[in-house]
Amino acid sequence: MTSGKNIGKPVPRKEGRAKVTGAARYVDDLSYHGMLHGVTVRSPAPRGRIKDIHFGEGIPWDEFTVVTARDVPGANYVALILNDQPYLAETAVNHAEEPILLLAHPDKYLLEEARRAVRIEIEPLPAVFTIEEALAPKEIVWGEDNVFKTFLVEKGNVDEVWDTPDLIVVEGEYRTGAQEQLYIETNGVIAEVSPEAGVVVRGSMQCPYYVHKALVKLFDLPEDKIRVIQTETGGGFGGKEEYPSMIAGHAALLAWKSGRPVKMIYDRAEDMVATTKRHPSRTRHRTAVTRDGKLLGMEIEFVVDGGAYATLSSVVLSRGTIHAAGPYDCPHVRIRSRAVATNLPPHGAFRGFGAPQSIFALERQLDKVAAAVNLSPEELRRRNFIQRGETTATGQVIHEDVDLDGLLDRAFELTDYRQKRERFARENEGARVKRGIGFASFMHGAGFTGSGEKYLQSIVGCEATAEGQLRVLAASTEIGQGTKTVFAQIAADALGLDYDAVEVVQPDTADVPNSGPTVASRTTMIVGKLVETAALKLKETLKGAGLISDAFTQDEWARACAEYVREHGTLKTHVQYQQPGDIEWDDEHYRGDAYGAYAWAVYVAEVSVDTLTYEARVEDFVAVQEVGRVIHPVLAAGQIEGGVAQGIGWSLYENVVWRDGRMANGQMTNYIIPTSADIPPIRVHFFENPYAGGPGGAKGIGELPMDGPAPAILNAIEHATGVSFDHVPLTPEAIMDALATEAVEV
Amino acid sequence: MTDDVTETQSDSHEAGDGKVSVRCTVNGAEATLRAYPFARLLDVLREELSLTGTKEGCGEGECGACSVLIDGELINSCLVPAAQAEGSDIRTVEGVADGERLHAVQRAMIECGGAQCGICTPGMVLAAVNLLKHTPQPSEADIREGLAGNLCRCTGYMKIFDAVVHAVKEG
Repeated sequence: MTSGKNIGKPVPRKEGRAKVTGAARYVDDLSYHGMLHGVTVRSPAPRGRIKDIHFGEGIPWDEFTVVTARDVPGANYVALILNDQPYLAETAVNHAEEPILLLAHPDKYLLEEARRAVRIEIEPLPAVFTIEEALAPKEIVWGEDNVFKTFLVEKGNVDEVWDTPDLIVVEGEYRTGAQEQLYIETNGVIAEVSPEAGVVVRGSMQCPYYVHKALVKLFDLPEDKIRVIQTETGGGFGGKEEYPSMIAGHAALLAWKSGRPVKMIYDRAEDMVATTKRHPSRTRHRTAVTRDGKLLGMEIEFVVDGGAYATLSSVVLSRGTIHAAGPYDCPHVRIRSRAVATNLPPHGAFRGFGAPQSIFALERQLDKVAAAVNLSPEELRRRNFIQRGETTATGQVIHEDVDLDGLLDRAFELTDYRQKRERFARENEGARVKRGIGFASFMHGAGFTGSGEKYLQSIVGCEATAEGQLRVLAASTEIGQGTKTVFAQIAADALGLDYDAVEVVQPDTADVPNSGPTVASRTTMIVGKLVETAALKLKETLKGAGLISDAFTQDEWARACAEYVREHGTLKTHVQYQQPGDIEWDDEHYRGDAYGAYAWAVYVAEVSVDTLTYEARVEDFVAVQEVGRVIHPVLAAGQIEGGVAQGIGWSLYENVVWRDGRMANGQMTNYIIPTSADIPPIRVHFFENPYAGGPGGAKGIGELPMDGPAPAILNAIEHATGVSFDHVPLTPEAIMDALATEAVEV
Repeated sequence: MTDDVTETQSDSHEAGDGKVSVRCTVNGAEATLRAYPFARLLDVLREELSLTGTKEGCGEGECGACSVLIDGELINSCLVPAAQAEGSDIRTVEGVADGERLHAVQRAMIECGGAQCGICTPGMVLAAVNLLKHTPQPSEADIREGLAGNLCRCTGYMKIFDAVVHAVKEG
């Protein structure tokens, strides 16, 4: 572990000044000579055969570049996991808004008219839109059984539990809806193709090397003839993990055929109806608990709706599965999970990646279990919190000091939970506006699951210039979370340099090694550790050359770099990820050390429910978590607050309305995200317990805050109303249905 | 591919192309814009004047990313036809700092972590500047209301509220 003058300090964000002055250049702010604009013509139907494509009258079609599946020079699929998703549908479509044809023209207004003048004739086929229809199976729409992936996690033998004398068994079913990432910058890229450079794409993205891999296949070109450059990116949240491979391919195909640069920027409506969203889910729980509140067995069935193509659904399912049994010690657990196909547009990565869905179900279920054994939600959890030396559902022994009781104590102290729990219950009688308070306790694993990091083999480079400036070379993107700032802090402290002496290079596949995707709460913990290691290796190089000793000043460092560069030309080093020896994972049986580290948390929500308007509001929110070491207190709190706000949106406001497999409310006017007027005070508190595997002791935190809000809020709403709701988003309509029914029954 | 990235500019247009001349003041300088009468002010600022700090988030007046100050009022420039800007005084994010010296709101946004991905930031900066002009000592409720037309998906707004409070103190 390093200690220095930057880690733990609120140093200024590297690109902060450019962002507050409007100088930061996002992809739509760039333009090239002779550039065309590109658009996508999409399927009007959710499933069917493409019969014909009609080009309407009154458009000068000869001025347009038109690309169909027949123009694809290489493989017509988006290379990812199963390679089942075409760039352009050729004979059949499997979801509404599936791309069929591409158009480019210099005039974007005429281009829009042209897009509307293309009519795609589809012979419809029966489509499936829900998990139930997919599993029926009402119609086979993918593979042999509409199932992309299944997992089975077994701990102990849950079948033997149910006959235990004096046992209480609690069942529940929980659902979560789709959620749009709603980064404020829509997806966009600019592509250019030349014989010398090959295909060059600039754009808004999380994972330049995912795009690179996809374009290599699409164009059947050698790796060095594809170059992908990330531009300043206006938010991602998972929505720019896999989707940019699609839009980059489309723009590049138009550039390839036209011979001119092509800019493709989605407008908000297209981005909302056509790109990926959070997987809807259904979770069924059957929980065995003793009369004194000890969990004996959990049988969990977890299903996510993957939409029409496999994309990342198997990986989302994996994370959701592993987190489904939460941070509890339970001797017998079985988790069966499935990702199924429907004819909705493919669902994809979104912060939390399956874990918010399964954790929502568990944390609602545990409040139900507590009621069944006549314990408070708090007491039930305290009797089952996982402790050091105990094992998770995958059999991972927790070797670190985990203190969920301590987190709970702090969260309750900060919210005055017990006093409010009692007072609200008393005051709600007869009140129009009912108050409630509830919580959720959970963990989130950082980095890729199981052997994932071992397979990724991420590489990070560090280079020192003759002036002693340190350049960090990684493909990990700055998407608002602070990658550039955090990497600079880590590298600077590894060498004892000033923060300003470190520059984090803009990701460009021609310049930076593949440090893996910017996902899975892995950037600070996994890639940051590589940054630290690479920086230290530079120091070893200079030490080996006899140019510095162990301790040195900034000036001595600069002189040593100058000397080394004069002699050797460059001072550069690369390091590759090596899995710590104590991580063991069995991919076949899904057993072992699922993650190198977990962040642990307890979130408390206070709500009000107006029984006249049926509006539920979050009035106060406290997020307490143990995250290893906090690298940057302001950025870290900002991550938690932002995630909590997205979680509040998912819980109460963000309702994707599906009509015939198409999002019917694809506008910011009717898909509602929280505004500054909707968000309660969010109070964030960190416990620090340095993790030896992370840089400066840090663990990953990006996804964690998405997990807690939904169950905490619905637990609070149950406290306020006495009604146990089992789904999100929980709209006023749903609250009205439940409360009005209850009133009639009374 | 060239690395010479130029700011967005459209081709020049001749008279009789259906465009009109719009005279206005932008960030203190007089400007004559050539635009279709119903072109969005947002596009005209970005394409004719290369003021790309003004962002498009939704194109329907919901998100506030395209906010500019027109005659001292905070307006979504995606909803303003270019012709309507005739004679007006427009201020974009590029006109908030005094040369190299950042406005107190901009300094506070950096210091307090009010900008994450940065795409809502130009609009948010203008909304905060506008709020403090009309309400120099805002309450928490004033801040929430003053920024309610500007959506941010990254921060959960807490750090932006902090920045406004900080700007009041340091301003």
